[in-house]
Amino acid sequence: MRAKLKAIPISAWLGLSIVTLNLLVFVFGPMLAPYGMNEIVGAPFDPPSGQFWFGLDQNGRDMFSRLLAGAQMSIGVSLAASLISFSIGIPLGFVAALFGGWVDTVLSRVVDTVMCIPVLISALVVLQALGSSVPVLIFTIALLDSTRVFRLARVVAQGISVLEYAETARLRGESLGWLITREILPNALPPLIAEFGMRFCFTFLFVAGLSFLGLGIQPPFADWGGMVKDNQQAILYGLYAPLFPAAAIALLTIGVNLVVDWLLNSGNATQGVDR
Amino acid sequence: MIQLILKRVALGILTLLLVSALIFAGTQLLPGDVASAILGQNATPESLAALRQDLGLDLPAWQRYFSWLHGFVTGDLGMSLANRQPVADLLWPRFGNTMALAAYAAIVSVPIAVLLGLAAAVRRGGVFDRGINIVALAFVSLPEYFLGLLLILFLSVQFNLLPSLADTYSGMSFGDWLRATTLPALTLVLVTVAQMMRMTRTAVLSVMDQAYVETAFLKGLRTKRVVLRHALPNAAAPIVNVVAFNIAYLITGVVLVEAIFNYNGLGRFMVDAVAKRDLPLVQAAAMVFGAAYVILNSIADIAAIALNPRLRHPR
Repeated sequence: MRAKLKAIPISAWLGLSIVTLNLLVFVFGPMLAPYGMNEIVGAPFDPPSGQFWFGLDQNGRDMFSRLLAGAQMSIGVSLAASLISFSIGIPLGFVAALFGGWVDTVLSRVVDTVMCIPVLISALVVLQALGSSVPVLIFTIALLDSTRVFRLARVVAQGISVLEYAETARLRGESLGWLITREILPNALPPLIAEFGMRFCFTFLFVAGLSFLGLGIQPPFADWGGMVKDNQQAILYGLYAPLFPAAAIALLTIGVNLVVDWLLNSGNATQGVDR
Repeated sequence: MIQLILKRVALGILTLLLVSALIFAGTQLLPGDVASAILGQNATPESLAALRQDLGLDLPAWQRYFSWLHGFVTGDLGMSLANRQPVADLLWPRFGNTMALAAYAAIVSVPIAVLLGLAAAVRRGGVFDRGINIVALAFVSLPEYFLGLLLILFLSVQFNLLPSLADTYSGMSFGDWLRATTLPALTLVLVTVAQMMRMTRTAVLSVMDQAYVETAFLKGLRTKRVVLRHALPNAAAPIVNVVAFNIAYLITGVVLVEAIFNYNGLGRFMVDAVAKRDLPLVQAAAMVFGAAYVILNSIADIAAIALNPRLRHPR
């Protein structure tokens, strides 16, 4: 165990601590915030001070409190979207790989077609039709992103299903459910966990990007992408206000990427890295 | 080889058709219809029926799809709901702006990224390779607006070298245009170079691991010769794919960058249309972006077929 811990490179430790810190903020953020997220405590764009660590935003609200409170939306929406996208993509990918034939052909063609359109463009079309709300955001991103998960899950399951132990189980007459949960899933976990990190990074940046465009999470909820957009003009006066939420977004992404990089380089989880 | 290329072109056209159907279907998700969305509270049954007939909404969906597709192919993109102007007049100039910005970024970033990727691959595991990989990983993680805001803060606010807003107008001199668009282009370059360099490195390394490269080394050839004569011709096709992937990314990456720098391109235009829920505009813009993406990927595949030494010299 000790040797294993020592084998973890510094970059991975850095990544793990950034991710842990963000998860703590995600869970406890609103409780730790010294001020309310919509509470006006001073003049717009007051610079950072001992009382207000990151200064005040365009409406005179405490930036630090809003960052802590905003984690809930920024991380929560993308976490929910990634989880849903995996619970759609993995079963469908496994089924496509195990059944083969027309099931595989139909699913793969549908996925290929959806992937022919840039994700941002597809998302904009759906948001135009349905309007932007948190459930619409989560399900749109989850559905669009599940195509990537499907592809990886399918490739991994195909690789495993031809191995001897899977073959043996099939010859024993085990059911499809057994094959998926007992033979394929445990062995597919390492690449899928690394992929989860990557997909989370993508959805997190994606949600933040949509909010930055004004089409993501809507006020009165605080979220990091929207905070960058709201404070953007301050940069023209040499104020750092929009850089704090932007840096928070960048920090979490770097942290997750460092962990994923380590996972991909350490195990044999290198198969099927597809972005 | 010609046959392969023709097949790829046919596949591209089929993909375009599927993409258009998908985009059309996506815009039909709205519960209720466009007519009630336009008229809102003031709708009477008579005015709704009149507007539906006016917009052709009384026809079944597949008929509307084909008339939309026919319009698209013949250049009639419909009327904007927001200001009743032809979509084509609003869309094409902005599409030109977007392509100009993407081209500016691509011309700078592609050579830099390919050279850096090659250099890192040749010196695998060396200080240069490891250093540049860490830098690239950091840049891949940075969102466009973070880089863009930093560039504005340093290059335009503190040192006043470049304008912070990409104000362009028709009839602008080329020098002025370059000056106005350098910051957005630079942001795109920073984001794509990192990604493209990492992918180029991977592509070259997978070729370098092949048996014939090892043979070439064992024959006693110098590294330079092995890389340029043996590895590079075979890595060309994957590198072209990497470049196309990133140029395709540029096309959508501009959406965020246009918003940061207030650039008058198709991306910002589409975002505004989504906010106003202007259906014909969004439909047309999505189709143009989708088509550009599909066409670029087809060109890349065709280039990869043409560059593949084994296909070029069939036995």
